[in-house]
Amino acid sequence: MKKFALGMAALTAIAVASPLSAADYPDRPVSLMVAYSPGGATDFQARIVTMVAANEEYLGQPIVIINKPGAGGKVGWNNFASSSKTDGYELAAYNVPHFIAQSIKFKTKYSIDNLEPIANWGADPAVFVVNKDSPFNSMKDVAEYAKANPGKLTVSGAGLFVGHHIAYLQIEKALGNELKYVPHKGGAPAMKSVLGGQVMAGVNNLSDAYRSRDSLKILGIADLNRNEEFLPDVPTIKEQGFEVDDSSVNFRGVMVRKGTPQDVIDKLAAKVPEMFKNSRVAKQMKAGGSPLRVMTRDEVKAMWERRQKFLTELLAGL
Amino acid sequence: MRIGAISGWKNVEFLQHFGPVFTLTSMAILCGGTVGGLLLGATPGLSPTMAVALLIPFTFHMTPIHGLMLLGAAYTATVAGGAISAILLKIPGAPANIATALDGNAMAKRGEGAKALQICFISSFIGGVIGIFVLIFLTPVLAQFALGFGPSHMFWIAILGVTIIGSLDSKSVVKGLLAGAVGLWIAMIGYDSIQGVERFIFSEHLEGGVHIIAALIGLFAIPQVIEMLEGGRIRHDVEVVKVQPHSIFKAVSETISKFRAATIGSLIGVVVGLIPGAGGQIAGLVAYDQARRFSPNKERFGTGESEGVIAAETANNAMVGPSLVPLLTLSVPGSPTAAVLLGGLLIHGIFPGPNLFEQHGDVAWAFINSLLIGQFLMLIFGLYIAGWAAHVVRIPPPILASGILVLGIFGAYSVQSSYADVVVMMVLGLGMYFLSKFGFSPAPLVLGVILGPIAESNYVQGRIIAEAGDGLLAYFCTGGLNLFLIALVLASVAYSVLTEIRMRRFESNQGAIA
Repeated sequence: MKKFALGMAALTAIAVASPLSAADYPDRPVSLMVAYSPGGATDFQARIVTMVAANEEYLGQPIVIINKPGAGGKVGWNNFASSSKTDGYELAAYNVPHFIAQSIKFKTKYSIDNLEPIANWGADPAVFVVNKDSPFNSMKDVAEYAKANPGKLTVSGAGLFVGHHIAYLQIEKALGNELKYVPHKGGAPAMKSVLGGQVMAGVNNLSDAYRSRDSLKILGIADLNRNEEFLPDVPTIKEQGFEVDDSSVNFRGVMVRKGTPQDVIDKLAAKVPEMFKNSRVAKQMKAGGSPLRVMTRDEVKAMWERRQKFLTELLAGL
Repeated sequence: MRIGAISGWKNVEFLQHFGPVFTLTSMAILCGGTVGGLLLGATPGLSPTMAVALLIPFTFHMTPIHGLMLLGAAYTATVAGGAISAILLKIPGAPANIATALDGNAMAKRGEGAKALQICFISSFIGGVIGIFVLIFLTPVLAQFALGFGPSHMFWIAILGVTIIGSLDSKSVVKGLLAGAVGLWIAMIGYDSIQGVERFIFSEHLEGGVHIIAALIGLFAIPQVIEMLEGGRIRHDVEVVKVQPHSIFKAVSETISKFRAATIGSLIGVVVGLIPGAGGQIAGLVAYDQARRFSPNKERFGTGESEGVIAAETANNAMVGPSLVPLLTLSVPGSPTAAVLLGGLLIHGIFPGPNLFEQHGDVAWAFINSLLIGQFLMLIFGLYIAGWAAHVVRIPPPILASGILVLGIFGAYSVQSSYADVVVMMVLGLGMYFLSKFGFSPAPLVLGVILGPIAESNYVQGRIIAEAGDGLLAYFCTGGLNLFLIALVLASVAYSVLTEIRMRRFESNQGAIA
């Protein structure tokens, strides 16, 4: 129960906190809210990338993960944007495009306007997969089938308005014919229905598809470049002549609530990306098949704004 | 697919991998994991899934073999540990232990808590070992079988579960069905998981829906607490239940003599464990219901019949091994706990899949062996604590009530670190207290909460797939597995109706004689 004890320590510390200056920030453990359940990809990666936080060269204090799952992340993020402290001791993990798409599509309390990015740790592109026994061998085969049988090609993915769904919408648009999206409760069940032959194809995470690569055919990556580290031989969907960019790539990183003191944000923005680049972090991420992509605060800010613009257009008609 | 690689004679390979298990460090980790797991399992709200998730960060600094041993032993022990609070306090530690609470708690209240716990751990052991052997020997055959379950099959399985709602732990079928309907409604609260539609969200705290653990604790624990407090501060010393000591050998012979319940439980546990998505939540309840149907002592179920405990606990633990089959061979987690274990495997750079046993044979086998040894340790420690844990019933009601309340609040809060869950638990508990005055029981209600989302989301997915294919009727009602499941549903309904008619006739005959 060490984690619990740490959590309690963090809570007590918050209760007796005095106004702080960035010079001695942080002088007690920092919490990181994850809007998904323990064991999921976001939770699992958040635990890896924060495991060296207590080292002196980074924060000098441990980061404690607090899970607030529910409604595809809406519960945790709503809670974070409306009632978390702005003293720099309460951080949260973000998932782009999920939270931006949700803020456009639903009445949420969060949007890119009331959150401040700190740094990005990972980028998991969506891939288009079919079962090993499928007749499709390239995106071209898929396009031909969709042309001959509009609305008949079933494609699984993890829920609505998440990275998989955005990738699906882009692919459908690029193929020029109607497909059939079958939302699932998460990436793992969506992958299962491809492996079990319940659907004809699927959009899933690169990391999960990489692990199941022996039972699958990975037809294309929804990103601008190939993934040299894990799947160097799989072409992007764009290479195969279909206009699908990196807008659906699942970015994960750390943010704080707007109103956090600028000097605290600056300190975090300087230290956190360095922490993500730690060699032990990189090793564990690689071992888990999770692509690491460290981005600084300014880069993330620009990325959020690009996604906001793109998703507003894409989702306008839905 | 190369899962054939681990078939045939190679299966006895597991015997060669006991080496790393029987070292001092490994045994210490296994014992620690087992004791810790039993305690975590016995704490309401800390389900096996949660316990394994909490332990994963601790394995960061261990070797892969040791880390996975800890997770394996803890998983085994938490599943069994959930029965402790179910039997002693009537708070199921996890949804899987609901059926155990029905008869186990009745036994404990009679002072037979030691016997109930002993039987429970022996049954857990039997079921658990059978499950692990299924994992070791039948994995290649069963992996494909497990993948074959699609939305239409899952829908019918959920409906099969609904058919037992009416007869579960209630005096009248109508009351059981009504309670089940309330459960289905509670499950609908929140964003629908497939389409994202808002349903019955009147407060932002309900956006995420009612968490099953919060509902479970509220429905089972709170009515009890209120009932205990109803008695006020009357001294109960006089009528304190005598806790009878019970010999372990008698418990062994009783469990073996009721092999029918153990067989039914193990079989159902294995089958349900294999089906991805169904999870262990319903294995115990289905096994309990079937054991009752085949038992000559039907009417004694619910009043402290040991067969009920045996069936429920063999099923819960038999499900552990098979639920790892799709995970280890195809990297597809079949249950929420398996999904968390996948994270634990990945963090150590172990990729489950067809090549697991070739590339990481030593680690994979050590993990499976630790599950097996974990069963033995769970049995030893479980039997050891059974004797004195049974004395919980002697705690005066006002103190016990406050203890249960504290545990319940802790459990409901800890699931999602959310105070709203505590309020939800209290409201549901208060409602259940009044419903129980009218003869309603929490078990069918909880079953409704569990089955609702399974039936609904699979129906919606099935419908979308059917639209792209040959239509609704063809998708849901053709194919061998669908027809087989529909036949089971019809048989179950027919059986319930027949029993009800026979009971009515029996009662009216008795009335005539009187």
